[in-house]
Amino acid sequence: MKKKIGKQTYKFSLPININDTCSRVGPIEGEGPLKNYFHYIEQDDTLNEKTFEKAEHQFSIKTVMNLLEKSSTKKEDVDIYVAGDLLNQIITANATARDLSIPFWGIYNACASFCEGLQIASSMIDGGFFEKAVVSSTSHFSTAERQYRYPLELGTQAPPVSQRTVTGTGAVLLSKNGNGPYITHMTIGKVMDYNQDDPNNMGSAMAISACDTIYTHFRDTGFNIDDYDMILTGDLGKVGYNITIDYLKSQKNLDISGIYNDCGLLIYDLKSQDVMSGGSGAGCSASVFCSYIYSLMKEKKLNKILFCPTGALLSPVSTGQKDSIPCIAHAVTIENNPTL
Amino acid sequence: MDSNENKELNNKNSDNNEYTNIKKYEKIVQKNQPKPNRKKHIILSFVVGGLICVIGEFFNNYFTKLGFSLLEASNATSIVLVFLGSFLTGLGLYDSIGKHAGAGSIVPITGFANSIVSSAMEFKSEGYIFGVAAKMFTIAGPVIVYGVCSSTIVGFIYFIFTR
Repeated sequence: MKKKIGKQTYKFSLPININDTCSRVGPIEGEGPLKNYFHYIEQDDTLNEKTFEKAEHQFSIKTVMNLLEKSSTKKEDVDIYVAGDLLNQIITANATARDLSIPFWGIYNACASFCEGLQIASSMIDGGFFEKAVVSSTSHFSTAERQYRYPLELGTQAPPVSQRTVTGTGAVLLSKNGNGPYITHMTIGKVMDYNQDDPNNMGSAMAISACDTIYTHFRDTGFNIDDYDMILTGDLGKVGYNITIDYLKSQKNLDISGIYNDCGLLIYDLKSQDVMSGGSGAGCSASVFCSYIYSLMKEKKLNKILFCPTGALLSPVSTGQKDSIPCIAHAVTIENNPTL
Repeated sequence: MDSNENKELNNKNSDNNEYTNIKKYEKIVQKNQPKPNRKKHIILSFVVGGLICVIGEFFNNYFTKLGFSLLEASNATSIVLVFLGSFLTGLGLYDSIGKHAGAGSIVPITGFANSIVSSAMEFKSEGYIFGVAAKMFTIAGPVIVYGVCSSTIVGFIYFIFTR
């Protein structure tokens, strides 16, 4: 059976089941609007570790262990662990995989890593290679600030377009069998670069990749906007959110404003919390999907969503050399009642 | 600039469609940028920056009263302000001030102290030699380099014209 539809989209021959999810966030995220949905809220974002990097590792490993416990799955039964994060050489994912001793694929697509992981794991399960897979992605405000921006205590003023990196982890367990929700389609994104070079303004750089992937998805599948209950991007923030709606409407004649939302807008209260344009980071889409979105789908309040996180593929070196920011967006269709 | 122009030119030649798309996108991006609240920022930075100067002036007067010479008094004032900046950074308060005051708390000497102490604190986890000592000047370094350079040049000009 041919799985490829159109140019970049694939339909899985069997729906990939999302058996369970687990999320863990830091104190600021825990004060946000989704506080009742997260599985674990840490009041101390150092988790009693000496460094923030070690704390990020603890966020990751604890969440995966909780996921396995929660779904009463043995480590030995998981065929593959796919994970990514934002730190150099994805050290958080590597350290987590070391502690888990589950066969491991480390991936990097910046903040789109979580969706990249879902796509990789789903395709391999669909291809018959794996029975069970765990996908996770993590980010931490304090480690990301050090790597990409300035020391924490430096008295700088964040521009209104900037976003706060989410301290948090999301982990999912995927398998062939279960009662849904299911991953049914995936659209693999292309790297888009429309000459945006301000590292403080990720929303403006990444919006085009979201637009491209969303548009391609609808063109490839022939779905209508009405088929979906929600289109959800990962961390475009307020600026990128507005650009995405504007661009798709004016250039592609696709009006998604009625059902469109963004994890970076959901996780914080932009009015009362000091987060500028919203949340960002690999943990943003992962923790929001694994808590709020997954529970809405379980309760059948959402039945079909297009989950399309974006990633800004820059590095401190490319920023220093004044390169523009290449960006990517991957999309998966997740639904409760798949048509076979 | 040059490479950017080349890139745009190449885009124009090879793929006119792509080029116009980028232009259209840039227009939409521009339209959707939030406007920074300049009035508020200018007033806050003026008030906070001014306040830091008032504190400095207070110490300057105090030291002159104690019998310090003008040069000694301004040195002592700098020491006090650097201490205050570092101390507030250590307590984790200076970044909260900077968030609201912007340039008002970056430009005075307290901001200079903040940039050194915050870097030293941040990289303590990588040890005292390659962490604290090596990374301490990552932000303050350029200020020192160009401060020394420009004062040398100004001094040289002063020397030539006042001989």
